[in-house]
Amino acid sequence: MQEYIVELSKYFITIGMALYAFACFYAFRYRKEEERKGIYIAQNIIMFFLQAVSFLDLYIASRDIQYVFLYAFIQIFLFAAIMMVTMIYETCNRLLLNNMCMLLSIGLCMISRLSLNKAIRQYVIVILSLTVSLLVPFLLSKIRFWKKLTWVYAAVGILMLSAVLILGEVTHGSKISFTLGGVTFQPSEFVKILFLFFLAAALWEDVSLKRVLVTAILAGLYVIVLVISKDLGSALIFFIGFVFVVFVASGRYLYLLIGAVLGSAAACVAYFLFDHVRIRVLAWQDPWSYIDDQGYQITQSLFAVGSGSWFGMGLLKGNPKAIPYVDADFIFSAICEEFGVIFGICLILVCISCFVVIMDIALKIHDRFYQLIVYGIGIMYIFQIFLTIGGGIKFIPLTGVTLPFISYGGSSVMTSMIMFFIIQGIYIRLQQEGEKRVVRKNNNRFSRNTEE
Amino acid sequence: MSEKITTDSVETPKNNVQAAGTTVRGKKKRLGNKREIMITLCFFVAVFIGMTGYLVYFVATSEQDMINNSYNSRQQILLSRNYRGSILSRDGEILAQTVLDENQNEKREYPFENLFAHIVGYSTQGRMGVEALANYYLINSNTSISNKAANDMAGVKNPGDNVYTTLDVQIQQLADEQLDIYRGAIVVTEVKTGKILAMVSHPDFDPNEIEEIWDDLVENDSSSVLVNRATQGLYPPGSTFKIVTALEYIRENADTYLNYSFQCNGYYAEGDSRINCYHGSKHGLVDFELSFAKSCNASFANIGMGLDRNTFAETLEDLLFGEELPLTLNYVKSSVHVEENMSTDEMMQTSIGQGKTQITPIHLNMITCAIANGGTLMKPYVIDRVENEEGDVVKSFKSDSYGNLMSEEEAAILTQLMTSVVENGTASKLKGLNYTAAGKTGSAEYNNVKGDSHAWFTGFAPAEDPEVCVTIIVEGAGSGGDYAVPIARRLFDAYFAETDG
Repeated sequence: MQEYIVELSKYFITIGMALYAFACFYAFRYRKEEERKGIYIAQNIIMFFLQAVSFLDLYIASRDIQYVFLYAFIQIFLFAAIMMVTMIYETCNRLLLNNMCMLLSIGLCMISRLSLNKAIRQYVIVILSLTVSLLVPFLLSKIRFWKKLTWVYAAVGILMLSAVLILGEVTHGSKISFTLGGVTFQPSEFVKILFLFFLAAALWEDVSLKRVLVTAILAGLYVIVLVISKDLGSALIFFIGFVFVVFVASGRYLYLLIGAVLGSAAACVAYFLFDHVRIRVLAWQDPWSYIDDQGYQITQSLFAVGSGSWFGMGLLKGNPKAIPYVDADFIFSAICEEFGVIFGICLILVCISCFVVIMDIALKIHDRFYQLIVYGIGIMYIFQIFLTIGGGIKFIPLTGVTLPFISYGGSSVMTSMIMFFIIQGIYIRLQQEGEKRVVRKNNNRFSRNTEE
Repeated sequence: MSEKITTDSVETPKNNVQAAGTTVRGKKKRLGNKREIMITLCFFVAVFIGMTGYLVYFVATSEQDMINNSYNSRQQILLSRNYRGSILSRDGEILAQTVLDENQNEKREYPFENLFAHIVGYSTQGRMGVEALANYYLINSNTSISNKAANDMAGVKNPGDNVYTTLDVQIQQLADEQLDIYRGAIVVTEVKTGKILAMVSHPDFDPNEIEEIWDDLVENDSSSVLVNRATQGLYPPGSTFKIVTALEYIRENADTYLNYSFQCNGYYAEGDSRINCYHGSKHGLVDFELSFAKSCNASFANIGMGLDRNTFAETLEDLLFGEELPLTLNYVKSSVHVEENMSTDEMMQTSIGQGKTQITPIHLNMITCAIANGGTLMKPYVIDRVENEEGDVVKSFKSDSYGNLMSEEEAAILTQLMTSVVENGTASKLKGLNYTAAGKTGSAEYNNVKGDSHAWFTGFAPAEDPEVCVTIIVEGAGSGGDYAVPIARRLFDAYFAETDG
């Protein structure tokens, strides 16, 4: 009986995830939120279904009652999150909210499978993050001086990163975190938000060469401090975020070109200057020759993905723990191993769907400051996913960054959630403006008609 | 959504004009940047399509490499759920199987004991042969879900899938008998498909006792029992290498090679370097074909000295010397070097397959097969298909062409040369049978004491429409014509008796 359930559930999970991913894009067919309502509810049902099947699998395979409790708590959270957000912010973007919950649910499930203790910690952090994030749209609408704090953002951000560089703990050769009262923070995550606010505030009304240069110098400082901390993944994310935000703020392709040239040059310099960069490249080019050593992580990750194949080995049937840091940097490989690569691809589609939604919102915003923030969040979000998934499957060299909402790690999940709620807040403002504009537009049309 | 995007992009040019006007002044707000956002969107979507494509490609092509890697701990997981499947011969005789006792303890059994020691291999002290090659299939179970459920209820493991090989028990047995107490190797393959029918390597061992004899085999490694000489044994090719020298000569002298003649007085000398014919024979006046048939060292040293070393090096590359072979079994690359600045002595030695030249029997077999198959090499393979416990085919392997090692015309000329080896030359023991064989003998001297030589033969039959190809090396036996050719004859006889009967 068990065998049937476990074997069948593999296919149910894959099909469910495929349907969910399909719904993400099918929803784009309808322009009005009311028309999409059915799709949104279907997505929620699929999410709860996937959770039920996954945790059933976990329980059957382990007979550990803790999974049942964890399952119940996670479902309560997911249900409450959707209900609360939609009640407090009626005009929020449901697709973005659904996707966020979906990604969180997959992450919590996978972390539960890897380590119950970590799952409980992550669960607490997720609840805390949601509490903080719920305030974000409210703060955005109430506080009016966001645009004026340009240099404050820059200074605070750089100071925070430098503080970590000087005071932080060395973990695996990088200085990226410090511990306060038993809780470990990774400030580079939170600084992402400050960085984007700084860029948007600096460039929203002035994209003269002088202003871009000043911004570039300050942004360069961020990146350099991160490089010195050996946090290469974050350094790259900040750099790409900067280049694209300048591009969209100025509309000049030249900046993209300069960014590409400077980026490549910096990469070459880093390659010759730093051992750890060379090792990463080496392990990417030919991990099999260094399988005991520098190539160990990536080859173990490839084993996981390759062994999982299309439909996965089934929860608790694989061996994802063989990958070092699987719960943070390689969670995608663990997902591919046990849920299957088709599931993994659907997961990528869900992330792309989030990116499309964010870019779509950015397209509609008229206030350049908020537009740049939304756009910047989108870039950092999608680029981080590219780094972590691409690194895990040997598409690009490893950088060691987390998969937003899914990986274990409090700073990461909280930052990602705050970012998504910033977008929600701006989206809600947009809806309100939109209503006003429709009224104005109608008036205009009326007056023009009368002139004729 | 799609509708909306189109209207946006239609608006963009207009906005851009406006934008250009305002950015000059710098301070004022630039309105339209919808195009830039759309470009960003498309760019990242394209990057992700590329990445997903890579992921799909990776999974589609490397699943079993991943499982087979000994660093992958998931093998243990599969082994804890399934017991190893059987390995069978082409007609279903069991070559390796796992038997369970009443306590569900597993033991790997090899009913033919030493016979398939190297090609089927072993699976407990590391893995070798088909046991290594097909490991992924053997430890996976594709038995029906109802069986899996029943096994699960009963608390027993699932049966792994069974692997059918291309190996022929009778031919393997004959090859093993013929090699007898000698060290050496025999490879028998099907010309048109690349199927490996037999592969014997002596000395051998009993894989049933691999655990008990392992330490002894590893410590007293002087006779290299664990090495599969057919694929990993490097030997001087001796006169069989004249196939290669002849091919190069034909390529350089396509129109005139038939006019070649040489007066053989039993040796060829240039400066201080001297090459003798085997056992001091004097072949008299020989043309190209007779030089080949009689395996005249003096004549071939003469031919070798006239060759263009650069094109020779290219021909060697065409024939996969020093290159990776299209072979999934573990093998060693053959080595030969022809360089512009080689000494006269080295060049002369190389032309007749002595000197630093070294080749594996499987490689010589592949070259011979390509000649027999009109220049096209079929990749040698040993796994025919994988079936689950119920006998449903899980995966079947087709013969696959590697490409041309030489042109059809060149292959035809070499076939003619190799036929005359049988008709008028050193392989006369294959003459006058009810099939026409073609081949080349070799007596490769392996140390400086004269007369110590490995007996080689590589050839195929029937010459008109080749079906089967054999390559034989008997270490230290003597001349190829006396010791390897009779073995080839018995193998050909057995093959045709089996296929005709």
